[in-house]
Parts: sequence; C-alpha cells; structure tokens
Amino acid sequence: MYAQMVKSEGMKSLEDMSPEERAFQERIDRGEKIEPKEWMPEGYRKTLIRQIGQHAHSEIVGQLPEGNWITRAPTLERKAILLAKVQDEAGHGLYLYSAAETLGVSRDELMEKLHSGAMKYSSIFNYPTLTWADMGAVGWLVDGAAIMNQVPLQRTSYGPYSRAMIRICKEESFHQRQGYAIMMKMAQGTPEQKEMAQDALNRFWYPALMMFGPSDKDSVHSAQSMAWKIKMNTNDELRQKFVDETVPQAEYLGLTVPDETLKWNDERGHYDFAQPDWEEFFEVLKGNGPCNRERLEARRNAWEQGAWFRDGLTAYAEKSAARRAAALAAE
Amino acid sequence: MSKKEWPLWEIFIRGQHGLNHRHVGSLHAPDAEMAINNARDVYTRRKEGVSIWAVKSTDITASAPSEKGPLFDPAESKVYRHPTFFDIPDEVGHM
Repeated sequence: MYAQMVKSEGMKSLEDMSPEERAFQERIDRGEKIEPKEWMPEGYRKTLIRQIGQHAHSEIVGQLPEGNWITRAPTLERKAILLAKVQDEAGHGLYLYSAAETLGVSRDELMEKLHSGAMKYSSIFNYPTLTWADMGAVGWLVDGAAIMNQVPLQRTSYGPYSRAMIRICKEESFHQRQGYAIMMKMAQGTPEQKEMAQDALNRFWYPALMMFGPSDKDSVHSAQSMAWKIKMNTNDELRQKFVDETVPQAEYLGLTVPDETLKWNDERGHYDFAQPDWEEFFEVLKGNGPCNRERLEARRNAWEQGAWFRDGLTAYAEKSAARRAAALAAE
Repeated sequence: MSKKEWPLWEIFIRGQHGLNHRHVGSLHAPDAEMAINNARDVYTRRKEGVSIWAVKSTDITASAPSEKGPLFDPAESKVYRHPTFFDIPDEVGHM
C-alpha cells in the first residue's frame, strides 16, 4: 500500500501483557480511539511513526510522476485538474506528517530520513509515467488501490491518523474519477489513443497489485498491527477487492487486463488472478526500480534548492517580531 | 538545509453556515501571517471555510488524559440536566 512492509514490534498474548498494555489493548478492542498524550506501548508508537511516515512520504513523492505531465497536459482544463490533484497530494502528505508529529517525531526529522533513504515510500512511484494515458492509469489504478486501503483506515485506533484518513478519503475519490475520465476519453478516442490507454494499463496493472504488499497471512507483524487496529485488512483481502472492482471498469473501457489467467470464479465469488512478480517488488523496494534514483534526487533537490526561501521566511518572521517588540517597548 | 524548525500552529476554521470555528488540524509556519496563508492552501482548497484562526500549539493548555475521571465523571450522575429526564403528560402538548 502507501505503507508497505511496515515492521511491527512484537506480539504478546493478553496474559503476557503488563496491566498497562492489557488495559490499552482492551480499549482498542472496545473501539476507543487512542489520543496523542495518552499512554501507549512503545511498539505501537514506533510502528505508527514508521507507517504514517511512509504513508506521508508516498503522498509527497507521488507528486513527482504526475508533476511530470502538468506542463504537457492536452488542454488547459486537464492541466488545471491535474494541478489540483497534485496539490491535493501535497496536502495529504501534510495531514499525515502532522499526525506523525503527535507521536513525538518532527516533520524535518522525517524528511531527513526520506532523503537519506532510511525511510521508504510506496514502490509504485518508482515507475515512470511515459504518456498522457499514464495520468489516467495512475488516477484510476494507483489512487483506486490507495482508496481500498484508506477507507478502512478511517476506523484506525489512533485518533490523529484516523482524522487524517477521513480528510484524505473525502478528496481521494476525485483523484480516481479524474483518472478514469482520462481513460474513458483515450479508450473512446482514435485507435492510437486507445492503444496508449491499453499500454498504460499493461504497465501499471502489476505494479498496482504490488502496492498492497506481499501475501501477509503468515506475518507476525501484520497480526500485531491488526490487533492494534493500525492495519484493518490483510494485503490479500484488499488486493482481491481491488481486482474485483477494477476488472469490470476495464471491461467498460474495452481494455484488456494483462493477465491471461484472469477469470471469474463462481464458487469463490471473486476473480482468480495472477500474482505480480514479487522479485521485482523486492528489487524496487531495495532501490533498484526504474526511477528510484531520479525520485529521491528530485526530492533532495527540491528540499535543498528551496532552503533559501524557507530561510527567507524565517528571517522575515524574526525581523517583524523584533520590530513589534521594539514598537511595544517604545509605547 | 535550514537548521531551525518552524513552530507548529493549530488551525481553526469556520464553515459557511455561521457555526463555531472548528479545529481542523495543524501545520508549520514561520509566523502567524504565513500560518494563515498556509492554512488557506492546506485546509480550504474546497471552500471549507470563511474564516481562519491560527494559534501557536505551545499556547494551548490541554487537560491531561489522567484528569479525565475527576473532570468529567461528576456529570454522569446528573441526568436531570437533560430535558428527557422529566415526563410531561401528552395532554400538556408540545413542550
């Protein structure tokens, strides 16, 4: 997902827990929200920082593949829409950094960890966006996959995270629909345009399936995160849901999902589908995807080359504060 | 890289219909003016409000979670503060 393979700390049975830990788990089981200043196990706090931080980084890095097309959008209207979408991603990143900060880490610290490679962002943003149709595929598939995960996370146990998710989900539907609208236009256009739409689907289908992370039915981390309600569904559940919802949408477009094994399974009431290449996924996570280096470099450059502007704002704020203080003293 | 982190501001926004300003989240900004500017971009991209308050997070005093009992439990036994506590006969009509 936007947070993949987040390592979670330990998993204890209720009997092995300290009275504090047990009371905490029971609050979560009752559906209570945990708020910033309240007692929480160190593992819960650390896991959440990793997860929310990674989620925030994904929103911010996720601006890059789409920013690539703002100046090349086919019409002024499409340009304005894409600009608004990319601006939303910046906002989503900020909501999430704020949520992470309530756990005792600063935004600048998180940024530094992103830039040094100590923290990750979603594998999906290490794939290139080669044609305008990719803007359609990204909105439709990537934001579509993100929604699958974010909608249940609105009910997560940590108050600030839950509130950030509610805000994000309100805006995310626009992202998916604008993507699908691009796909409709392309798929119903000239044969060449339809070909571009098909090509975009071919390239983004498996990377989109990878977003949910590898099968986690045997993972201890996943079980702990689910007990804490910071992960609401297994990766496989969400992936299946995504496939079930997306295949009919592809059919409507007259496009073919690039999976020869894809078939409706009447007995299960779900589509059977092929797994993505997990070796490729692990390589991308390790930093060896097509665009890893380019993305991080763009992030670092934006941060470093924006330093003079941040410094200028700080200097102006200090100067005006000093002036106000002097004026007060003179009264 | 800037060494100094900008302070955190809590943002309150009043929606269209004359309700109270409501806490919507927080953000970083070097001063109050920039906090309002940033809040416009971060929290009102879809006409969510007609007025913004920005308050430095450090200026907010919050009740501690441990005070929850002493602060809020006393209200539990005072159900008579709610109108439904009193049975008014139907013959009296709407009240």
